[in-house]
Amino acid sequence: MEYIIIIVSAIFVNNILLSQFLGICPFLGVSNKLSTATGMSGAVCFVITLATVVTYLLNKYLLLPFGLEFLQTIAFILVIAALVQMVEIVLKKISPSLYQALGIFLPLITTNCAVLGVAITVVTKEFTFGDASHMLNLGQAVVYAIATSLGYGLAMILFAGLREHLAMNDVPKSFKGLPIALITVSIMAMAFLGFSGIV
Amino acid sequence: MSKLKLITDGFIKNNPTFVLVLGMCPTLATTTSAMNGLEMGLATLFVLILSNMAISLIAPIVPDKVHIPVYIVVIATFVTVLQLLMQAYLPSVYQTLGLFIPLIVVNCIVLGRAEAFANKNSVIDSALDGIGIGLGFTLSLTVIGIVREILGSGSIFGWKFIPGDGILAFVMAPGAFMVLGYLMVLFNKIAKKN
Repeated sequence: MEYIIIIVSAIFVNNILLSQFLGICPFLGVSNKLSTATGMSGAVCFVITLATVVTYLLNKYLLLPFGLEFLQTIAFILVIAALVQMVEIVLKKISPSLYQALGIFLPLITTNCAVLGVAITVVTKEFTFGDASHMLNLGQAVVYAIATSLGYGLAMILFAGLREHLAMNDVPKSFKGLPIALITVSIMAMAFLGFSGIV
Repeated sequence: MSKLKLITDGFIKNNPTFVLVLGMCPTLATTTSAMNGLEMGLATLFVLILSNMAISLIAPIVPDKVHIPVYIVVIATFVTVLQLLMQAYLPSVYQTLGLFIPLIVVNCIVLGRAEAFANKNSVIDSALDGIGIGLGFTLSLTVIGIVREILGSGSIFGWKFIPGDGILAFVMAPGAFMVLGYLMVLFNKIAKKN
């Protein structure tokens, strides 16, 4: 039951893009085409899950026992940067086709604040399920990371679909490009507000 | 380039929010009120000035291959300094801005200025560029915060002048996107004359 609550809340109610505002830059940057949006979502999903597991373990077994919580920011960003680099090298060797598909998006992910944001949230925030609030355990952290990145993918792909249609419409000159995209996201965020109160 | 121009460029010509469109996450998330926007802007300004200066000093000795990781560690160090200072002296502000203080590390404005400006200019020029861009960012965040606070809670910097609840949506997520979108239209109309 807890897992279902985490999944629904991370995908719909607290959607990472539309209500937590994490990872907006790549969201606006690569959502012009449906295919690139799908590629980016896949890469982000992969890295968020991996980074959350590694940073969770690092925090629990290295930083907390030695009282080094204040190093979280530096340690996590280094882990993420190294991880992205490693994923790139491994993918290149094992699955060149996937590497080709994700190619240009991988290096960009280091500076995607969704990755660092989720990693920090998981180790610092107390979550409430039903009555008691507590920190996530490793299993819940992994489910939370996967669900959050699915929410990222969902919002990204929906928005890319809308944006492909927008490109064919005649919008006033000063609205062209980002402004009209932001107003569209605003209406999407309003729709997602409808999910609040489910869990 | 005159020293003054370095600073004023950050306001209009290189405005990080409306022209360069960088650092969107804190821009949208922390501008629920004018005060929050201002505080977030100043926090970023602090990191931006120090990291610009440090990077312009170390740039000549950093090997090209590892320059991005080195810059990120430098930025992360200053962000940690800021976190510790804020926890000690401004705990309430640190609480409100929450996650978005550590996330200054991945704010593309800071790394962007390191790459585009600080690594090939003198320390003084880099500091001035940091001040200009940082103030431009602060200004945009404060303006967005003011608009959202007026519409969403009928007050400005906490001073309530419209009785009642205001339009709640403007304090929540949709309002952030909408206000930024329309302000960008306005900026395009005025600054780019189109």
